[in-house]
This record gives sequence, structure tokens and C-alpha cells, in this order.
Amino acid sequence: MSGLREHALRLHGESVRVWEKGAGRTVGVLGGLLGFPRWTPFLDALAGRHHVVVPSLPGHPGGGDFRRLDDLADFVTATLDLLDAADLEGADFVGLGPGATLAAECAAFSRTAVGKLVLVAPFGLFDASDPVADLWARRADEQAATFSARPEAFARESLAPPPGADETEHRITQTRALEAAARLLWPTGDRGLAKRLHRVRSETLLVWGERDAIVPPSYAKRFADAISGGTQTRILPGAGHSVDFDAPEALAAAIEEFLGD
Amino acid sequence: MKLLWFHLMPYTDLPSDFKQKHASVWVDIDPALFDPAKANGMYNDFLDELEFAAEVGFDGVCVNEHHSNGYGLMPSPNLIAATLTRRTRDAAICVLGNSLALYNPPIRVAEEFAMLDCMSGGRLIAGFPVGTPMDTCYAYGMNPSQLRERYHEAHDLIVRAWSASEPFTWHGRFNQLRYVNPWPRPVQRPHPPIWIPGGGSIETWQWCAQLDYVYTYLSYFGYKQGEATMRGFWGEMQRLGKDANPFRAGFLQFVGVAETRKEALELYAEPAQYFYERCLHVDSRWAAPPGYASEATQRARVKSQVVAAAERASGGDAYARPGFEDIVSKGYVIIGSADEVAEQLREVAINLNVGQLMLLLQFGNMSKDLAFYNTELFAKRVAPQLRGLFEDEWENRWWPRPLPAAARSSARELRR
Repeated sequence: MSGLREHALRLHGESVRVWEKGAGRTVGVLGGLLGFPRWTPFLDALAGRHHVVVPSLPGHPGGGDFRRLDDLADFVTATLDLLDAADLEGADFVGLGPGATLAAECAAFSRTAVGKLVLVAPFGLFDASDPVADLWARRADEQAATFSARPEAFARESLAPPPGADETEHRITQTRALEAAARLLWPTGDRGLAKRLHRVRSETLLVWGERDAIVPPSYAKRFADAISGGTQTRILPGAGHSVDFDAPEALAAAIEEFLGD
Repeated sequence: MKLLWFHLMPYTDLPSDFKQKHASVWVDIDPALFDPAKANGMYNDFLDELEFAAEVGFDGVCVNEHHSNGYGLMPSPNLIAATLTRRTRDAAICVLGNSLALYNPPIRVAEEFAMLDCMSGGRLIAGFPVGTPMDTCYAYGMNPSQLRERYHEAHDLIVRAWSASEPFTWHGRFNQLRYVNPWPRPVQRPHPPIWIPGGGSIETWQWCAQLDYVYTYLSYFGYKQGEATMRGFWGEMQRLGKDANPFRAGFLQFVGVAETRKEALELYAEPAQYFYERCLHVDSRWAAPPGYASEATQRARVKSQVVAAAERASGGDAYARPGFEDIVSKGYVIIGSADEVAEQLREVAINLNVGQLMLLLQFGNMSKDLAFYNTELFAKRVAPQLRGLFEDEWENRWWPRPLPAAARSSARELRR
């Protein structure tokens, strides 16, 4: 990928990977359930008009140790420290899945941490009458269809090890990212965000894949009703939970339209 | 060697079309299948069987913990063990065990095990399993990423609570207790023998070696599949400079004894098939929450018997469903006449170097009559052929040290 820059920052004695690409208004991206094992078409599309900065979250590929984080306060502190170290305080943010949850938590806890906010299929609320699915109780052959509305492509391009990679290490890296999400969200994803969302005063875009098999798109309204800042909602047709994989161009376009230049 | 009689307490009335009509025996098993009136009979039969085993001379009786499980009706093994303290006299009472991270605060385990040790006059073996993913992460909602960290902290807290000579403050990562001072305290000082049921991870072997605990492998798939695990265990003991004392190791084996092999095959086919087809019908969705297996274990490619079977099985069923021929030929259940069973078990004990042998003599939907028959034949005709094994050469340092029989109090005879 031409123009992609990678550097490592030191945080709490660990080395953390940061990717940057593009020019223009800075937007930070916090990864989804598997983190970013590789630079993706979505990130590339977003970098067409923005300066995209991708710091790896704890437990994600390139990220620091997540097993020292015991509770929500630890996770939020680690994320705020990461944003500070990556010089992203006050930037606009795009969060995917668990990354969206952390972005929303940071906005609730720190009113200077976040500019505009894009939450793509965030976890964090739970309504037993319309439950978030148990993404951790899936048979191996159900995993791709849980994550994506394009399961065959997702299995091939996101779940399978890249050519030449050590399969065991690849699986361990994937499991580690899922474990980090579990450490934050087990078993329902509800860590009390409903009690804090009113503190989010950022202008917020809520994006869902129409066919999200984990967090139902109906949760967009629950988030919109609770957030104090102005909200817009976009439901992208044909996409599943991994909107960035299923509809990379449409997601990048929706974000560009929302953030402006 | 020691011979212990182990009960899983399976619900014995799952329908014959259970595996066709239901997704899983565990976690989301259909509540409509549970009939409390029938369970009244089952619990009393199971208790009779455990008491009978102690009566006919088994060295110990074993109970264990499962949750939301159609083959394990003991969410609280301590309740069962409590009744056994009153209805047995000399047998060791082996609770194998309490899943430590599920008890909050974990001093509950220190308290209840101390109660059992006092009630039994020092006959308790304290089992500390991590617990399966189904029990811990799904039925009890424990975070798989914290399960082992919480387990280890709970262990340290319980052992210190038993050993400390004065009240102390516990300022742990997950537990903060200003005053730790459990009453009662165990008869056995500093604490009852600790046995660890494990699934084959190298870290558990190392931990047992470091703390001098018994490692037990509770195999549902017999000694042939257990062999690799036990070889791994002994290899690690050797590497760590530990002796090969067979009493460091426990192993569970299903057994069916009759007068002849032919009779045994006839008698035990149905309960064995019931166990392997219905009781082990576990949905593989529950097999591997992220974080349950450590990265070292993933690297060593050591899989729990649940995950391994999930990968062998088709149709999303966590356990393979063998036919009866496989059940017998692969040694899942050792079946035969008393002499045949004794010969095979002797071979198992020697090959696996296991001094604490746990026998499952009631399995599946086996009736009380048949369980008594199996138990009595084993006690009278198999056990004598195994007694004494290893005992000349090795000391069993992991067996309860009760009060002398004359000093031990027990239940009065009931008048009615």
C-alpha cells in the first residue's frame, strides 16, 4: 500500500503499532472484533480524503497486553492513554464493534477526548426483548456467517491465515483479539454504558449493517435516543456486522459525508 | 493402590430421540425434560449407590460439580458429600471438586470443605477443578479471559485461609476481604489433600508438581485415549525431577463386570450407549470460548476431550458418538468377567502409572440394581486382585489422615 506508514509507540513499557495514511483532516480508527491483522480496503478508501491513524487496541494485532486490564475503568484508561500517546486527543474517531464501544466510553468519560464520532455496530447496550447475539457461542462453521453477510469471502480473506503464515500463530492472534473483546464485553456487552451515554455530546454517526447477525440494527435507535449530541443513522443494505469488510466503499463514503473535509 | 467409586449422577430418563430432537445435554438443555418427582428417585438411588460402595469396601467415594447438565445432577457436590459424611464411616470422601472461580468469595470453599472435613472426622479429599467451559463460562457466566486468573487467586486465598494461624486481610486482584478467618477449620492440618482434575495442559502438570498435588485425568474415553495425557504428565514430572510415585496421579475408568464377558456385554450395552449417545450429546458451540485455553496450551496443541471430540464429530456435536463395539474395543468402558476386568485394570494402572484409580460403575441410565451388582462384583472379585499394587514401593502422601476411628464421632442409628 503506497503511502502507508507504520511506527511503534511506547506505552506502559510496551511497543504498540500505529498505522497512518493519507492527508487532510485526521480521523482515528479503533478496530473491530479481530482488530486489523492487515491494512484493509476500507482503511484505504477512508485514507483517500483523510489522514487516517490506526492505533492498535490492547489484544489486537500490534496492540499491547490486555490481560492486565480487569474492568471497564482499566479498558477506558488504557484507551485514553493510547489516544494521547498517538497524539489523537480531540480527533474525530471511527470505532468498529468493540472499538466503537471504547470510543463511546472515552467520549462519555472525557469530553475533550473525542471530536466527531462514528460508531459502527457498537456493543454496550442489551435489551433482553431484542438481545445482542452470543457471538462467543458459535460452532466453528458458523463463525464467518456470524461476522459477515459475505461469509465465504470473509472466511477466505479474514479468517484463514494469509499464504505462508504459521497457522497456529494466526489462530492464536485471532483468538487473542476475540478474548480481548470477551474480557471487555462478556457475556452480554453491557458494562453500564446506558448510564453514561447522555454524557456523549459529540456529533455522532451511527452505522449498522442491515444484516448484522450480532448486534441488531434496531440498537441504532437506542444509541441515538441516549446520546446528547446530534446523531445521524445510516443502515447499509446487504452488510453484516463487519460493515467495513462487507461494504468498505459505502462505509467510507458515509463517513466522509458525515465528517466533511 | 486406592480404588474410588465415582458418581456423575446422570439424569436417567432422557428420551430415546434426545439426540435427534435436542441440541445439547448441557447449558441450554430443555427444562421440560426434567421431572422433579423422578429426580427424587434418582437422587435417592444415587446416594444409596455411593453409600453401598463405601459399605462394600471401596477406599473412597467421589462426587463432582456440573451446572445445567443432563448427565451431572450435582451443581453442589458439597450437599451430596455432607450426606455421605453421615452415612459412611471409613471411606475417603473425595469432592472432585469445587470450581473455585465460581464461589464468591472463594472462602466459601474453605468453609464448606472444612465443614465436610470436621463432619467426616478428617476423611475429605479437596478437589479444585477449573471447571469446563460449559459450567463456568456459559452456565455461570464467568468471563473466560479471567477464569484462570480468578481460579489461581481463589486457590491461594483458600490454602492461606486454611493454613493461617490468625485472621488476615486479603488484598487480591479480584477479591478484597478485610477479615479472613474461616470457622470451622479442617481436621487435617494444614489442610486436606488437594487433587486437581485436569484436561492435559502442561501448565497444570507443572503447577501440580510445584505444589505437590495429585493430578487426575477424568477420562470419558478410557485408558487408550488417556494414555497420551498420562505419558505427557509423567514425562513432565521426570523433567522437573519429581519421583514417579504413582499416587501422584488419578485416573477415571468406566467399568462393567459380570459373571461372564457375554453377560457383561448384554447387561452394559444399554447404559453405555445411553451415556455416549445421550449424555455426551453436547453442542460444540460451548466447547471453546476465547481465553479458556491458554496460548501455551494452544501452541502445544493440547485439546480438551470436548474440543478434540468436537473436531472429530460431525453435525456440530461436541462429542463423537461411538457405537457399542467401539465403546468396548477402544476401552471407553472396560467390560468383562471379574478376572478379565482385573487383568485389564492392572495393566491400565501399571501402564499409566496411576495409584488413585477412580471407577465409574454406574453410568448412563443404569438401574440401581445393576449398579449394585456391578459394584458388589467389583468389590468382591476385582478389587482383591488389585489391592496392594504399588504399596510396597511407594507411600501415598495424598490420602486423608482422619482422626483415629475410636475418636471419630458419627451418626447415631435411627429409631423408626
